Amino acid sequence: MRAPGDSGVGLDAALLSVDNVSLSFGGVAALTDVSFDIRKGEVRAIIGPNGAGKTSLLNVVNGFYRPQKGRITFKGEARPRMRPYEAARSGIARTFQNVALFRGMTALDNIMAGRSLKMRRGLFWQVLRIGPALTEEVAHRRKVEDIIDFLEIAHIRRIPVGRLPYGLQKRVELGRALAMEPDLLLLDEPMAGMNLEEKEDMSRYILDVKNEFGTTIALIEHDMGVVMDLSDRVVVLDYGRKIADGTPDEVRSDQKVIDAYLGVRH
Amino acid sequence: MLYREVGQFKTSYVADQAIFPIAQDRWFVLLVVAFALVGMPLVAGDYLCSEVLIPVLILSIAAIGLNILTGYCGQVSLGTGGFMAVGAYAAYNVALRLPDLNLIVAFLFAGVMAMLVGVLFGLPSLRIKGFYLAVATLASQFFLEWTFARVKWFTNYAPSGSVAVGRIDLFGIPINTPQRIYLVVLMFAVVLALAAKNLVRGRIGRMWTATRDMDIAAEIIGIRPLHAKLSAFAVSSFYIGIAGALWGFFRLGSWEPLAFDINRSFQVLFMVIIGGLGSILGSFLGAAFIVLVPILLSQLPRWLDIPVSTATISHVESMVFGAMIVFFLIAEPNGLARLWATAKEKLRSWPFPY
Amino acid sequence: MLGPVLETLIGGLLTGVLYSLVALGFVLIFKASGVFNFAQGAMVLFAALTLARLGETMPIVAAIALTAAVMIALAYAIERLVLRHLVNQEGMILFMATLGIAYFLDGFGQTLWGSDIYKIDLGMPRDPIFLLESVFPGGLLIDPTELIAAVVCAVLVAGLAVFFQVTRIGRALRAVADDHQAAQSVGIPLDYIWLIVWAVAGIVALVAGMMWGVKLGVQFSLGQVALKALPVLILGGLTSIPGAIVGGLIVGAGEKLAEVLLGPLLVRWFDLAGGGIENWFAYVLALLVLLVRPQGLFGEKIIERV
Repeated sequence: MRAPGDSGVGLDAALLSVDNVSLSFGGVAALTDVSFDIRKGEVRAIIGPNGAGKTSLLNVVNGFYRPQKGRITFKGEARPRMRPYEAARSGIARTFQNVALFRGMTALDNIMAGRSLKMRRGLFWQVLRIGPALTEEVAHRRKVEDIIDFLEIAHIRRIPVGRLPYGLQKRVELGRALAMEPDLLLLDEPMAGMNLEEKEDMSRYILDVKNEFGTTIALIEHDMGVVMDLSDRVVVLDYGRKIADGTPDEVRSDQKVIDAYLGVRH
Repeated sequence: MLYREVGQFKTSYVADQAIFPIAQDRWFVLLVVAFALVGMPLVAGDYLCSEVLIPVLILSIAAIGLNILTGYCGQVSLGTGGFMAVGAYAAYNVALRLPDLNLIVAFLFAGVMAMLVGVLFGLPSLRIKGFYLAVATLASQFFLEWTFARVKWFTNYAPSGSVAVGRIDLFGIPINTPQRIYLVVLMFAVVLALAAKNLVRGRIGRMWTATRDMDIAAEIIGIRPLHAKLSAFAVSSFYIGIAGALWGFFRLGSWEPLAFDINRSFQVLFMVIIGGLGSILGSFLGAAFIVLVPILLSQLPRWLDIPVSTATISHVESMVFGAMIVFFLIAEPNGLARLWATAKEKLRSWPFPY
Repeated sequence: MLGPVLETLIGGLLTGVLYSLVALGFVLIFKASGVFNFAQGAMVLFAALTLARLGETMPIVAAIALTAAVMIALAYAIERLVLRHLVNQEGMILFMATLGIAYFLDGFGQTLWGSDIYKIDLGMPRDPIFLLESVFPGGLLIDPTELIAAVVCAVLVAGLAVFFQVTRIGRALRAVADDHQAAQSVGIPLDYIWLIVWAVAGIVALVAGMMWGVKLGVQFSLGQVALKALPVLILGGLTSIPGAIVGGLIVGAGEKLAEVLLGPLLVRWFDLAGGGIENWFAYVLALLVLLVRPQGLFGEKIIERV
């Protein structure tokens, strides 16, 4: 996969920058004046009590929602409005809380679908399926098999994903996101519903993705142990506002964060 | 015992991705195709050709088209009849006004015309989904039907409103026996089926099924819904248009717009449902089913020696179709194709239980 | 000039009421079970056929009662044989199942009762009424059967609207429409609910069949009328009872006016062989509406969440 430093941004510079973003739905404010950045190559955790706006934040970065105020800057370019397709194209991949896999397709096909952006050959060659189209298909299949080996899901790759247990589905979804070779990977509660062993596996994969592929990762997570172990920096949201931003240790001992989680009125 | 994969190892991805990875399957299909090309014309009588083989093959092409749109890409369409009409009338007009043009080119042109119309009527699918889209496709069906009935240019100002096709020559050979027609239609069917299979296995096929399963998720991995849906409409209409041209020229000989009415649309949709949504093989099986059942039903009273009127037979036909649709949806929503696949699975361990 | 146009308009509105009656059955079933019942038209035809044939051998009131019973029995059969096995399937599967039911009913009805044209005699006045003879020469021609249908429809709609909003069963129906599984888990008896809904839809089909049958005579083309109800649903939204009425009126008036006003223009401009705008006008209208509002005029906005 690609080495770090290829995305046009120097190491340790901000890959993604969220500036004063406010988002509301018909009068209900989901996000208010949120600003933070994500540095290249780091694992950034986004935490906060339920309803704090974490998923909405990812949806804004992804292009699903357009904020009423504020701006997203990705890879040095300001993006006033972005559709999900454009986000994908510029190097942002995403997984979802409720696992948005293509249920009718096998695990292998789902991950191959993730290579869509990278495949170039048009209709004519695909019909004939010889020469350029076939070469391309095989080359991408190789990449996908690498990902499958990496995530240890080779034994289930021909099974329609609708039949897989939840934990494996989440792994397939991660595989599909990785197949896009993204610069920024957004993970929405990747450990939700997993037991201890599955969480350890997933943590290992995430760290491997960061270290081997150099992918920058933003991670929404509720399990504090995971957050502390995996992340380089943490941003905390509560009621749509940012209330803390720093290293895991700094955030853990911040009184505002403790109050938010304990539900102390503020 | 016969149908085992033992010893068949795939040493390359190309081999793994082949249409028929199991050697026995490959042989079987090759034998079937060889027989269809060589053996059948020698053996099949005129009735078998014109009443069974030719309709099944032509309608299979239409079913493949609809399957691509509805089965693979998830866009429900009740406009199949209308697009067949576009193909038929386009081919008729080309053959009429450019009589020296090779007929195959005329048919391909018909497909392209249908494709353009299909993309036009497919544009609404970018905004409209599900049942609403089904109703919107009815607009295309009824509008196209009306167009060919009223705009006199299409029928060459014929006072009766129907058109007829004269003698058909291909490369100098007159195509005037059922066996010859069967061969021409078979060629089309085999080539088009192969092309379709390649498409659905590749990148475009994945784009289609991704859009069907969850078009929002498809967008975030970089699949543009516009691209996926319109390409599905385009390819689908191309196939359906060619099927319409073949139907008009080789099955009907002369026709009016009624031959491509809403009942035709339902007929092809039933083929796709019964045969199996999202399966090329299913398109053939469904077409065979829909063509054979009425024939069997009409022969039944004779075998059982019960006098029944033709009207009653067509009503009973409706009942049987309706009941079969419901039965398949309850018992095996993936249609005959799944039944076939399950049978093969069982065959793998035959004669042992597992 | 105004006279004929007004006459067409009124005629169209009244025809529209008849469309609404058919659409009403659709809305009921969709509202209560989320199923798009393509078989509604076949149910209308079946009810009309049954009534017409029974009416040949017994007093009309008895025939109506018996037909109502038949429709309820039909609802029971559909629930038992088809719906029960398809609980929790996606909408598309259920829609196609109703397609199958429609074809089956079509064939079954005609196998049972024959396929000639039959008459329904409800004892209603058949002579046309002429209105406003002082204003327009000859007066405006109105078909009394359509007028009565309009009144019947209004009564039916009012009753159903009240039923849905106020009663406990109505609430349960709305819950089922929203989410089968959730409704079941709260203890709502799904099969009983569906039986009620389809029975009511069957009765509505009977009323629609009666009204249409008196106007047209009972024949196969009645089933085609049902297809026309689909654009009505688009305009009115699939879940709105008032929407079905408004949609029906718009479609009925629209297509008649289009035939009379737009038709001659098109024939002249394009040298067409006759009119027939009615065949497609409603559908194209529905298509245009959907392009602007993908959920129909009165439908609920479809929000997709990931």
